[in-house]
Amino acid sequence: MTTNHAKNDFKTLPLPEHTAGPVRRNGGVFKSLLSLARAAIWALFLLTFSANLAAQTGDDLPQPLEQLRLGSMAEREQAIEQLAEDSRNLKLLQALQDGQLMDWKAESRLVIASESAKGYNLRDPFDGKAVLADVERDAVGKLNLTNKLRSVLRKAIGGLQLNADSADMRLEAVKAIAKDADDKALQLLRKRLEKERDAAVLAAIQEALWLQDLNGDDKPARLAAITALKNINNQDAYNRLRELAEPDAEADPEVAEQARSAVKKIESRLQNYAAIETVFFGLSLGAVLVLASIGLAITFGVMGVINMAHGELMMLGAYTTYVMQQLLPEYLGTALIISIPMAFLVAALVGVIIERGIIRFLYGRPLETLLATFGVSLFLQQSVRSIFSPLNRSVSTPDWMSGSWQINDFLSLTWNRFYILIFCLLVFTALLQILKRTKLGLEVRAVAQNRGMARAMGIPTARVDAMTFGLGSGIAGVAGVALSQITNVGPNLGQAYIVDSFMVVVFGGVGNLFGTLVAGFSLGIANKFLEPYAGAVLAKILVLVFIILFIQKKPRGLFPQKGRAADG
Amino acid sequence: MKIAFNPLRKLALTAALSSLLLASVTPARAEDGTIKVGVLHSLSGTMAISETTLKDTMLMLIDEQNKKGGLLGKKLEAVVVDPASDWPLFAEKARELLTKDKVASIFGCWTSVSRKSVLPVIEELNGILFYPVQYEGEESSKNVFYTGAAPNQQAIPAVDYLMNDLKVERWILAGTDYVYPRTTNKILEAYLKAKGVKEKDIMINYTPFGHSDWQSIVADIKKFGSAGKKTAVVSTINGDANIPFYKELGNQGVSAEDIPVVAFSVGEEELSGMDTKPLVGHLAAWNYFMSVDTTKNAAFIKQWQDYIKNPKRVTNDPMEAHYIGFNMWVKAVEKAGTTDPEAVQKALIGVEFPNLTGGIAKMLPNHHISKPVLIGEIQDDGQFVTVWQTNKVVDGDAWSDYLPESKPIIADWTAPISCGNYNTKTKKCSGQNY
Repeated sequence: MTTNHAKNDFKTLPLPEHTAGPVRRNGGVFKSLLSLARAAIWALFLLTFSANLAAQTGDDLPQPLEQLRLGSMAEREQAIEQLAEDSRNLKLLQALQDGQLMDWKAESRLVIASESAKGYNLRDPFDGKAVLADVERDAVGKLNLTNKLRSVLRKAIGGLQLNADSADMRLEAVKAIAKDADDKALQLLRKRLEKERDAAVLAAIQEALWLQDLNGDDKPARLAAITALKNINNQDAYNRLRELAEPDAEADPEVAEQARSAVKKIESRLQNYAAIETVFFGLSLGAVLVLASIGLAITFGVMGVINMAHGELMMLGAYTTYVMQQLLPEYLGTALIISIPMAFLVAALVGVIIERGIIRFLYGRPLETLLATFGVSLFLQQSVRSIFSPLNRSVSTPDWMSGSWQINDFLSLTWNRFYILIFCLLVFTALLQILKRTKLGLEVRAVAQNRGMARAMGIPTARVDAMTFGLGSGIAGVAGVALSQITNVGPNLGQAYIVDSFMVVVFGGVGNLFGTLVAGFSLGIANKFLEPYAGAVLAKILVLVFIILFIQKKPRGLFPQKGRAADG
Repeated sequence: MKIAFNPLRKLALTAALSSLLLASVTPARAEDGTIKVGVLHSLSGTMAISETTLKDTMLMLIDEQNKKGGLLGKKLEAVVVDPASDWPLFAEKARELLTKDKVASIFGCWTSVSRKSVLPVIEELNGILFYPVQYEGEESSKNVFYTGAAPNQQAIPAVDYLMNDLKVERWILAGTDYVYPRTTNKILEAYLKAKGVKEKDIMINYTPFGHSDWQSIVADIKKFGSAGKKTAVVSTINGDANIPFYKELGNQGVSAEDIPVVAFSVGEEELSGMDTKPLVGHLAAWNYFMSVDTTKNAAFIKQWQDYIKNPKRVTNDPMEAHYIGFNMWVKAVEKAGTTDPEAVQKALIGVEFPNLTGGIAKMLPNHHISKPVLIGEIQDDGQFVTVWQTNKVVDGDAWSDYLPESKPIIADWTAPISCGNYNTKTKKCSGQNY
């Protein structure tokens, strides 16, 4: 293939006899050159064909590729369908789906591009291996997709992958084509069923076929399908059965009856799943609340300092994550993990500076502390605005934290929340260990219980105050890393959480870490159980009202401090 | 101290004094030769993110007009004030612009609440305000020119597209809890019901500003959308809350193919600060996309990026609205031959100016303009691919035809009606408060 022109003319190849001797009907140098080129191509084609070599992939499909590269959306759709008929195009189609297939402008051809230091690393679109060039970003253009194209593409890839070697890929393929399957797709599935050995793939194919039986006319097959489907968690099956179970929807009373009992059975399972899901949502909201307030539980709970800048310390943690990701753009996951100690250090340092610079002069004067720390919070917000711009920064989520753990069609738990829940428990345990087992922890507890006595015993209370405040602030920074994964990283991040944090600490009982944990989780769960009935706005209000009433009754929270310290 | 009174020094002193005098006189004289234009956009506070861009757009447009020789032989001068995202301050600053600076017209406001705050001032002092943002409608003032989209130029066509092209049968109207989403959703609900959509196929959900825990709502959307009928989300969720919303959608495996979300407040500017991965394939309805390939648009983008000295800055819909509004005002002033507000208000009606995306925008008697409607899918570079557009421009309708209480009301600022809320049934200017 030398020129574009030849490429386009390929479909309208002249008959072989023309090639035997170039016909010069109209003369003309160009024409004769062209026919020469054609002759050469034809000869080449025959050669490769007779040698029984698979023709160099792609060269036998020039037109769909050009259509894909330059065509309109409708033409692209056609091209994808054409390409889907040859399994050698799988890599190309997958690259298109992943947004890696690009138009190499200088060479007017499609390539697979992956990020490189210079811009893009270009590879052959068919095998995805042979490296062609390393070019600047501007040298290639992206192929845009629409939803319609994406679903065509998904099916096309599904069809091609159905016979792949890996069972996971086959399962994915079956799922892709089973979704609103047409006759052609079902035929493919039936064919595969005979050859399939993997249990999971078999089950998936079987489900799709049962669903098909359900829509058919064969009564025994329909009843068998219902019996089978009622034990399976399949959304499509549930929808279809529910339609059949509607009064007057089904002519056959026996089928209708069976469908009704099947729906009942599935729905009882659904209820359990819904409850599990709500508890999980509640726990994960609770985990965020606990993370946000646990640092405050130390500075406010143990030290008695009302720190209005607590939210901004979390914000600093979130911005640390952003900076780390900017420094290590290639390793988002690693950057996130390194951010945890970094955020701790940054926030702890700022915390110590705040304590040494302002708060230590104001011990015992809560109102002044409140105002001063409020000032600090405004100062921190504005600094971040000046340094990073008032716009939100985009913090990426690494792949292992995106998506969800799909347990079945009705129940899935999102990974990012799952990790945050675990992270919260880890941070809590670590903090508890620090307070219980280290010297610092002993000193912190001693100072909190009786400052005068502690000083008399030789504990440097001023230093301990600074360290305690630093510890609480550092934990806030760590919470910021977690928050960067679920909310916006912007100058106002802290403000959104400060009220919630105080609420949790007060509700749990000031000075009690376990109280904070229990309070956070129970408020989270209560909120999530209320939300479906009351809506997000009202649920929040109800929780607040409940806490106000609760504090009226028990001013010291869920787990009040006991003993002399509590009275002081 | 001995100061010798030498003649040279006297000369220098006189020169200095006279130059000082001259300097103090020149601006006064220059003032006669300029026309002042007020720019009323927040440069600080929560709305600064969006509004600062519009202030820069106005400065660019005024600069360009001056290079062309100004207006009526005079130079234009921008008077920029900062209402700081504080709604009552908008009214104060508008008063200041009109009485102290005596501006010929004001370009400004973003949120509906800021516009409502300026409204009484601008009507009392008979000024002119160009408002560049899509809004909920149900308003038409003699002194305000609405260059953003009315609901029938954004929300209704988007719903039509979903219904006709994507065959959507179930609807989720999700919004932030304030006036624009509530009014828009009220109109949309009435519209859907008029189209035969049943009550049980519509789900309405409101969330507070800056909501970040979307787990249960997205789970509900997923459940609502998996009942076997094609479902779409019409989102009037505003600002920050969008990012965690789309993130949660992505995490819970709701893809744009299954349940597309069409948004009215997510544009190029907002997308430039987001991780676009979870948004790819979702939709937005606007009257302008940066990606629209026309000569005019390419020139506008280049002009903007040169002016702001950043080749990566994006353009968006409200910027185009200011571009059209400003040029219409220029044309109207030239037509009237004066900047007198009364004359310019009259001259503005019927003025035409080409849109950046093709077609001609025309100022209608109801003070809204005609615009094309575009629907685009978000790409991972933060741009839109247009998947649908109206084949001609759509006239802005101030009073929705789908709400029973505003159906008989029209706005027409030409004689003989000359009223922003004329009731066609009672034949009266109803005086309905907007």
